[in-house]
Amino acid sequence: MKHLIIGAGPSGVVAAEHIRKFDKSASITIIGDEPEAPYSRMAIPYHLIGNIKEEGTHLRHTAGHFDNLNIKIINDRVTKINSKNKSVELTSGGSESYDKLLIASGSRPVSPPIPGIGQPGVHSCWTLEDARAIAALAKPGAKVIQIGAGFIACIILEALARRDVELTVVEMEDRMVPRMMDSIAGNMIKDWCVHKKIDVFTNGQVSEIKKVDGDHTFKVSVKTPNGITELDADLVITATGVRPCTDFLEGSDLIIDDGIIVDKNMQTNVADIFAAGDVAQGKDFCTGEYTVQAIQPTAAEHGLIAAQNMVGAERAECGGTINMNVLDTMGLISCSFGLWQGVEGGESCQLVEKDKWRYLNLQFDGDVLIGATAIGHTQHVGVMRGLIQAEITLGPWKDKLLNNPLQLMSAYLACTQSAEIKS
Amino acid sequence: MQMSLVIDANKCTGCLQCEMACSYEGEGVFNPTKSRIKIFPFHEEGIFVPYTCTQCDEAWCMHACPVEAIVLNKTTGAKEIVNDLCVGCKVCTIACPFGTVNYNADSGKVIKCDLCGGDPECAKACPTDAITYQDANWTGYDKMKDYAAKAMPAK
Repeated sequence: MKHLIIGAGPSGVVAAEHIRKFDKSASITIIGDEPEAPYSRMAIPYHLIGNIKEEGTHLRHTAGHFDNLNIKIINDRVTKINSKNKSVELTSGGSESYDKLLIASGSRPVSPPIPGIGQPGVHSCWTLEDARAIAALAKPGAKVIQIGAGFIACIILEALARRDVELTVVEMEDRMVPRMMDSIAGNMIKDWCVHKKIDVFTNGQVSEIKKVDGDHTFKVSVKTPNGITELDADLVITATGVRPCTDFLEGSDLIIDDGIIVDKNMQTNVADIFAAGDVAQGKDFCTGEYTVQAIQPTAAEHGLIAAQNMVGAERAECGGTINMNVLDTMGLISCSFGLWQGVEGGESCQLVEKDKWRYLNLQFDGDVLIGATAIGHTQHVGVMRGLIQAEITLGPWKDKLLNNPLQLMSAYLACTQSAEIKS
Repeated sequence: MQMSLVIDANKCTGCLQCEMACSYEGEGVFNPTKSRIKIFPFHEEGIFVPYTCTQCDEAWCMHACPVEAIVLNKTTGAKEIVNDLCVGCKVCTIACPFGTVNYNADSGKVIKCDLCGGDPECAKACPTDAITYQDANWTGYDKMKDYAAKAMPAK
């Protein structure tokens, strides 16, 4: 049995290792298009801060890990899949055959359509290569403009600030992290950044990046409701979201919407081809709909399930993954789970403690928690996932939570752990 | 023989000796906020509930870690944080559906129960046997696992 995996990120690597657990003799090959050992993009900010060396971003740390598991890693890029004769074509000119194929090609940053975006000195922060370019330009005192204030953007803020650069953030929406945080939370994070001496333009749009002669490399035009502002910059970082890497699948028989459509078994519509991670449009636990989540826990879970079904030992099903994120913006920690926006007919409570930089938002459907947002809370936050995904019936504890959401942990324990606790 | 922490809330008096012992063993300070085991009081009912990681088989935290900083101790069965590898991304803190992995802002890393390498200080410090370290086959552990299963996300 020959298993071929496109992509050397978390999903592909987890899948490869689990295939090996189930099948000691199968041939397993991973094709990755970056000339690096498999690594985690999530660790890049911590590398930029200087907490870890490049090796610290690697997914696995034991010397010879992949050799020992007899997992072959090829540095190449797939240009085409031939599902009829079960092979893939490679940039290098060669080809690889497969019995089972996993597409875990991940995602890549979208490039906003701004004049001047393609020139050196304008970078995304997605690969180790990007990190090296950013590290070279983000010198103390350098003026850095970051376009976008989403999840990835916020995570790299601290890395940049710690390099003592002068930082400006420009976000199109009316708040920071708009896809993960409601208006109160997104604005609290903005206020925190301003408090930490970062210039933040919300409702702002970079309209041009012009290379100039002089003390600084660029003149950047920022359009806001108040007019156009011209800013100096030595480095421009774009962090305006990511999109599944499906370009190489053009012309294939695979059904692709936002990502590759998969069923509960992570199987695509084409026989013996599976997809997992950022590139896969899988089932969302909360909505039941098929969406691209592009988060680490989902990548790992997809990889596990795909592996089990590729081996065929025991049919594994994905009951749906929950969209969740945790974010450290210059030391202010926030997280969101599931349907944090709430649902029609549902109830909710918000506890805002501006002076403590804390916020807690709980969303209910009936007496079940369906979504949550938290800022400044770092203890036992995982129970929010537990309550949502296990669909725990809160009974009388829902009203207690509506009164005081800080009782979350007590509610969790009372409803799950201890039969003795009556309410 | 696999051993595990067995918790009996009915015996807990809320003295917090376990939290003191745990924080001292783990972080070198007597500070309950740094403890990996926590006592939750239910004042109206007069009950205290000790709560920590059950070292679950699913190991959500371990699988979610992007840099292999959570590993299985094959002797104790504990899932342990490797401090040198933890980058502090906190993904494990949201992945654990039991909420038993917490971020420690002082160290910039996460902390969770590691069974003290097989000699848990909380159990030794508990004066009422509310926390004991026992053969995992003991029936009390099954009961605890049942509670945990109830709180497990649907697969």
